[in-house]
Amino acid sequence: MFTRSVDPKYGALLAAAVAVLAMPSVALADGYPAQFEFGAPASNQDIAAVAIAIAPDGKGLPAGKGDHAAGKRVYEAKCGDCHGATLQGVPGLPDMPAGAALRLIGGRGTLTTGNPVMTVESYWPYATTLFDYIRRAMPFQSPGSLNADELYAVSAYILAEGNVIDKTMVLDAQTLPRVQMPNRDGFIADPRPEFFR
Amino acid sequence: MHSDDFEHDHQKTRAIDEALSRIGKPIPEAQARYVAALEDCECNEGMFALAATRRQLFGGAGVVAAVGMTTMLPGPAMAKAPPGAGEYPVQADSTKEQGRMMGADGGYGLRSQFETDVRWVNPTKTAGFSPLQNSYGTITPSGLHYERHHGGIPNIDPARHGLVIHGMVDRPMRYSLADLRRFPTVSRTYFMECSGTTGSEIMKAREPTAQRTHGLVSTSEWTGVPFSTLLKQTGLKPGAAWVLAEGADAAVMTRSVPIDKCLSDALIVFAQNGEAMRPEQGYPMRLFLPGWEGNISIKWLRRLEVSDKPFYTREETAKYSDLITTTGKSRIFTFTMEAKSVITFPSGEMKLPGAGFYEITGLAWSGRGKIARVEVSTDGGKSWHLASLQDPVLAISQTRFHFPWIWDGTAAVIQSRATDETGYSQPTHQQLIVERGPLESGSLFYHMNAVQSWGIAADGSVKNVHPLG
Repeated sequence: MFTRSVDPKYGALLAAAVAVLAMPSVALADGYPAQFEFGAPASNQDIAAVAIAIAPDGKGLPAGKGDHAAGKRVYEAKCGDCHGATLQGVPGLPDMPAGAALRLIGGRGTLTTGNPVMTVESYWPYATTLFDYIRRAMPFQSPGSLNADELYAVSAYILAEGNVIDKTMVLDAQTLPRVQMPNRDGFIADPRPEFFR
Repeated sequence: MHSDDFEHDHQKTRAIDEALSRIGKPIPEAQARYVAALEDCECNEGMFALAATRRQLFGGAGVVAAVGMTTMLPGPAMAKAPPGAGEYPVQADSTKEQGRMMGADGGYGLRSQFETDVRWVNPTKTAGFSPLQNSYGTITPSGLHYERHHGGIPNIDPARHGLVIHGMVDRPMRYSLADLRRFPTVSRTYFMECSGTTGSEIMKAREPTAQRTHGLVSTSEWTGVPFSTLLKQTGLKPGAAWVLAEGADAAVMTRSVPIDKCLSDALIVFAQNGEAMRPEQGYPMRLFLPGWEGNISIKWLRRLEVSDKPFYTREETAKYSDLITTTGKSRIFTFTMEAKSVITFPSGEMKLPGAGFYEITGLAWSGRGKIARVEVSTDGGKSWHLASLQDPVLAISQTRFHFPWIWDGTAAVIQSRATDETGYSQPTHQQLIVERGPLESGSLFYHMNAVQSWGIAADGSVKNVHPLG
């Protein structure tokens, strides 16, 4: 439509002006092309380098496996400083919202109280989310540094300490998505706007 | 009343600093000193700021206060200019000698060294609150726009940054900043608000100032490419229903966005208030979803994955979901920021010098469109009066309102209540608690948009007050 030596917007305006002259009923906006030549096709490599998200169906989970025993070693070396030896957090550490961020287990039965304790155990609906979040954002000092075995293992450790899975269970790409979280059915669609009484 | 709170904040800040350095993440010394200075000065957001910026209103008293600030504070602290300013010698008579030559600022303008408004940074260093109480008009200066980060502020070289769009598309694409800038662009003035703003205020008045209650909302003119333009380039496969947006920060922040929003008013933004967007806002590029909670407008955007289902990321399940404690169920994908307002003058920690005329002013906004009206009460909600709305009233933007008031010098409670063009009006705290249940750990009470009250005592001092006491 226009050569590379012409600024595309001016080229488009020019084309629009021509179009308007030729067909007065055509709006100026129609002078913009539907397709632009900018950008590059994303290669499989481009995509693989960043496509790390894991949905509840487990699609994209990497090979590897881990259990509570292996996870305990990972946790104590990489997680315990902030989340605490008993997975209950460490007083005084950054914790926003207050009381909610660093505590990993406990809190079942508190969601109907004025002081809910919202943890992986009591609140998170999917175990895949735990794996995904640790892989992308943890440990705090070196995010994204755990390998697949460590990720499965530390996920198993947290879930077993929270009595969500058995301590003997091995987590991998097949078993992790099948973990039934206690608050799996605890989420509802947004009903707003509310009608206040 | 607030001295205990302040002492508590000091202790918490110190404890957190110590803990942060223990785990190998010390905050920069400059920021530590700076935050400490803010914490130490209760007056910072009160009469000094009021006097320095409202000199016309208070005449001589304001000048005295401003002079006091510059000459009486200790040397080392004032030897350095406030953030965003450069320190220059003050001339004895500026009409009797040439002013400084152009270019001393390096070509990028600085504000006056006598202006001190800054973001208030919370003790965990994860949120910076905009100083609403001293704001004018509706546009937030880029350097004062609120911030909320989950993995610090990444420093990104745009030459090494790309945005990949893939998943259920016909043609996966990668766009550089230079590519984005070549597309036809639009500029829109939109507010952005954190869904946690004022959440901690649901059960009682906790924070002293408008900055610290409502400061996680700001307005900028944003420039970028409509997301729909990019999706026209990639095409969409049948069944495409959600898009995962992902940032290039240390949290690799991710949120799932319904495709309808992506195809309507969503933008991929690279400029703010007429210049390249600030790093703390997502440089070189961010998603911008007008009217929706700020967290979902992913900053430092590196990836958009089109999918048939949401991903249920940590930031849309464990966080940013709204637990209703009366049922134990949580609302998920609660995107819209509903109508809200706050009186910015007079507001918490200010002090009115005496009975007489005051122009009450504040800001109102709604994620569902334009503000239709703002009502003001000066008797604690017994009677309401229409405020005037300052043009232009833009959809999904902040609207400045004004209301003339003769204060009789007795105790008063002033409030504002916004109604948007859909007819929705701000609720009370009680109505929200009835609807969603009480929540003592209030910072989890997302989308808290109740009517704010400022109490004015007979001595003119203004403080945050709450209908539940």
